Amino acid sequence: MRNVLFSAILLLFFGGLTYLAVDLPFGAPRATDMDDYFIRNAQAQTGANNVVTAIVFDFRGFDTLGEATVLFTAVLGVGMMFRKLKEGEEYEND
Amino acid sequence: MKMTKIVRTTADLFFPFCLVFGLYVVVHGHLTPGGGFQGGAVMATGTALLLVARAYDDVTGRIRKGAMKACEATGLMLFLLAGLGGLFHGRAFLGNWLAQAGGLFGNRVELGANAGDLYTGGLIPLLNFGVGIEVLGGLTVILLYMLSGIKEEKK
Repeated sequence: MRNVLFSAILLLFFGGLTYLAVDLPFGAPRATDMDDYFIRNAQAQTGANNVVTAIVFDFRGFDTLGEATVLFTAVLGVGMMFRKLKEGEEYEND
Repeated sequence: MKMTKIVRTTADLFFPFCLVFGLYVVVHGHLTPGGGFQGGAVMATGTALLLVARAYDDVTGRIRKGAMKACEATGLMLFLLAGLGGLFHGRAFLGNWLAQAGGLFGNRVELGANAGDLYTGGLIPLLNFGVGIEVLGGLTVILLYMLSGIKEEKK
């Protein structure tokens, strides 16, 4: 009984999501000024064939710097959490 | 924990190919799909393969945590320094001061579809490489830290 109810809820949920997604305009954005600019000028301005990389590392290089910093900080956090305790050292809140 | 000889041999054989393919993705980031993040992750996959196939102590002889930490810091520093270089050439921070200038990675690019020249893109290959070795170092350090608990079972 519970399984049937669960399946019905799942079906309703994903059915509703699909119903909503069918009407979405896909591949036809309203404002295309930015896209057109990148597609037309990326190769001439950056010298890179790959427009995606040109955007990620050139037009939005500062954003990528933030991304790299996030990864760096995440590694620092993991290193802090998994470090070996020194002899006789205890966690404060044990 | 140790796998059978078949798995270990296959992992050993595949490890260099993982590194080479990752490096290829990083270096060709400005020509083909991919880039620093993706290529670095592919390279770090090699470590995961070795860690799954072998005991942790076997792997640390080949991949050193200290070297990987150095890799990570060097990558981020390379990114920052390459970006700061723009300030000395009258550009903004991370402005592409090497593109089409004739020097390092400064070849002129033919507009439109072309076969692709490795020495184009200016700052982009440099930044790609920095991010690539940063992701390689960072993910490898995370893997080594998190999987260091897997030790051989004593009987």
